[in-house]
Amino acid sequence: MATHLPPKPAPQYSEATAGGMAGAHHDRPRGLMRWVLTTNHKEIGTLYLIFSLTMFFIGGIFAMVVRAELFQPGLQLVQPEFFNQMTTMHGLIMVFGAVMPAFVGLANWMVPLQVGAPDMALPRLNNFSFWLLPVAFTLLLATLFMPGGGPDFGWTFYAPLSTTYAPPSTTFFIFSLHLAGISSILGAINIIATILNLRAPGMRMMDMPLFVWTWLITAFLLIAVMPVLAGVITMMLLDINFGTSFFNAAGGGDPVLFQHLFWFFGHPEVYIMILPAFGIVSVIIPTFARKRLFGYASMVYATASIAILSFLVWAHHMFIVGLPLVAELFFMYTTMLIAVPTGVKVFNWIATLFQGSITFEPPMLFALAFVVLFTIGGFSGLMLAIAPADFQYHDTYFVVAHFHYVLVPGAVFAIMAGVYYWLPKWTGHYPHLRLAQWHFWLSVIGVNLTFFPMHFSGLAGMPRRIPDYALQFADFNMVTSLGAFLFGASQLLFVAVVILCIRGGEKAPAQAWEGAEDLEWTVPSPAPLHTFDTPPDFKPDQP
Amino acid sequence: MSHRSAPDPRPGVRRTVMRTLVVLAGMFAFAFALVPLYDVFCQVTGLNGKTSGSAQTLAHDDVDTSRTVTMQFITRGSQGLPWQLESDIRQMRLHPGQREEVRFTFRNLGDQTTRARAVPSVSPAEASLHLRKLACFCFQEQQLAAGEGFEAPLVFQLTRDLPAEIKTVTLVYTLYPVQQAPLARVPAAPISEGDEA
Repeated sequence: MATHLPPKPAPQYSEATAGGMAGAHHDRPRGLMRWVLTTNHKEIGTLYLIFSLTMFFIGGIFAMVVRAELFQPGLQLVQPEFFNQMTTMHGLIMVFGAVMPAFVGLANWMVPLQVGAPDMALPRLNNFSFWLLPVAFTLLLATLFMPGGGPDFGWTFYAPLSTTYAPPSTTFFIFSLHLAGISSILGAINIIATILNLRAPGMRMMDMPLFVWTWLITAFLLIAVMPVLAGVITMMLLDINFGTSFFNAAGGGDPVLFQHLFWFFGHPEVYIMILPAFGIVSVIIPTFARKRLFGYASMVYATASIAILSFLVWAHHMFIVGLPLVAELFFMYTTMLIAVPTGVKVFNWIATLFQGSITFEPPMLFALAFVVLFTIGGFSGLMLAIAPADFQYHDTYFVVAHFHYVLVPGAVFAIMAGVYYWLPKWTGHYPHLRLAQWHFWLSVIGVNLTFFPMHFSGLAGMPRRIPDYALQFADFNMVTSLGAFLFGASQLLFVAVVILCIRGGEKAPAQAWEGAEDLEWTVPSPAPLHTFDTPPDFKPDQP
Repeated sequence: MSHRSAPDPRPGVRRTVMRTLVVLAGMFAFAFALVPLYDVFCQVTGLNGKTSGSAQTLAHDDVDTSRTVTMQFITRGSQGLPWQLESDIRQMRLHPGQREEVRFTFRNLGDQTTRARAVPSVSPAEASLHLRKLACFCFQEQQLAAGEGFEAPLVFQLTRDLPAEIKTVTLVYTLYPVQQAPLARVPAAPISEGDEA
């Protein structure tokens, strides 16, 4: 399996590792320009991941401000106006700046390696789609320093809050979201073109690792809904600056239309943030259970079903806007239907673990926590799907608890699992075991301390997006805030593990994990800058 | 798709990119197409509780005396608009088919001339298809000088075919400020007492 390919003598590039530590020679750009001009999928993947980690900490600091204010009832630290900007920016940064770029970064690094391609199909476009992001988010963060402050209308930016009553900086917000959207679209085009056209000879679609499959489906979702987001924010732009009335009731428009359009984008968007996570977990669990993934084909079909259903459920975010009964029922049942393919996935992961020879390396710890905690988030989602019950839960902390369970121990844990899994391939070293274990356990405890009490405060009626609350919620909020500080601080350990791993550590062989069988484990660790210049001979291991 | 020898991937990549670009353009256009589609959908089903934007005629002359419906009138102001809007009747009992008239009073309590528009909304939304307005101040914008006021009637009919399960119909008017935009199409016509369309 572990055939050490000799490093390819590349004509104009060095064999610098993607960790960026090996000195570059020959005539390629050095220093900063090397990163600005790079078209290499591994370097661009690294850039995406560093960018995402930076945004994760910036969004995390905003969350800490929110939790510090909510530590006690009453207004202590910040003004309500600034509090609103913090909740809004936390959501926007985490969704568009942290989670999505992290998955794109992993795709950049791993999709070509997993399908046996020399690079992404469109390397220059790849460079462009990355460099749009720092521009977009610098602009977005700059709005905080503008007169009137940054976006303060929630990450869902409902009109008319985001049009008639919006701060003057909203036009910058719209522009930055346009840039981030273009970046996502270009990234998606690149990934689709790579997967469909650059697979190693002999690799059929149904031979692809599940991370590749889930990303292919995610990329199609991006192509389908990012233009809708672009349309919505363009309408906002027209309403704000050009006197149109798409969402303005006074001029014959309809604010509820905004919510329909937004969630037609927004619901597929939440699956964009979770399907690649499914893929990562589906490659990690078989590796450390030392068994083939149970139900490969059903995993592919379940992912596709979730993607298709995601277009038919958007109004479950809007049960209280006054939908007719028949629409409430339709969206309630389609939403519940999503539990079926999701249940298939959870069943398959558990069946893969069944009778496996399981070991608990850091990637496996995060993957197992993902399965358990994501499922909790799935169940609270089912509760929210019940339209009559949602009238009670809507806009309470129960909703906050739900989507943080699917996004933090869901998407974020899967990203971390993926990072721990592939770090030996990227850097040539295993991550520091003890530190990684500390990081895992502090994160798991922190996450649950933060988000589990939110279920209770939400069911008791605490509304979301408020800087102050009734005294009865004080205890739950204090626990939540303490958990948030613990979780936030323990992420510094993650940074430490990654830096230590780049600088040194136990050397990893090409096949860094005993049960790992995909193509990326056939190239040396660390992966040389250029891999699969001649396509590998792929032999499907299934009959 | 699966050839033994590695073929040149470039034509395939080009084809894939062209196709995704077509889908992209289509979805962007679709987002804008949803705006008129949504309006048509709501007009046909009456789902967003909007009433007709121009004067209608009586649908029929006979009155269904077999049942009585409660009609409520609610008026709401808007942040930043110092106007008052009140109806002379808050609630009435009527038979479907009856022609009714309610008088509304506008007053500008501020110290500046401002423009505003009263936007109607009907609840339950299904009733909006059966509420016909023969005359309404809501068909156009109003302009009032400081302290000025005027009275305007709403003439309407709830048609006979109002679904039987609807016992109460609520009509809400919300006042929205109209910006004195430089590109205002109609020059502000002075509206005085009793002047009404």
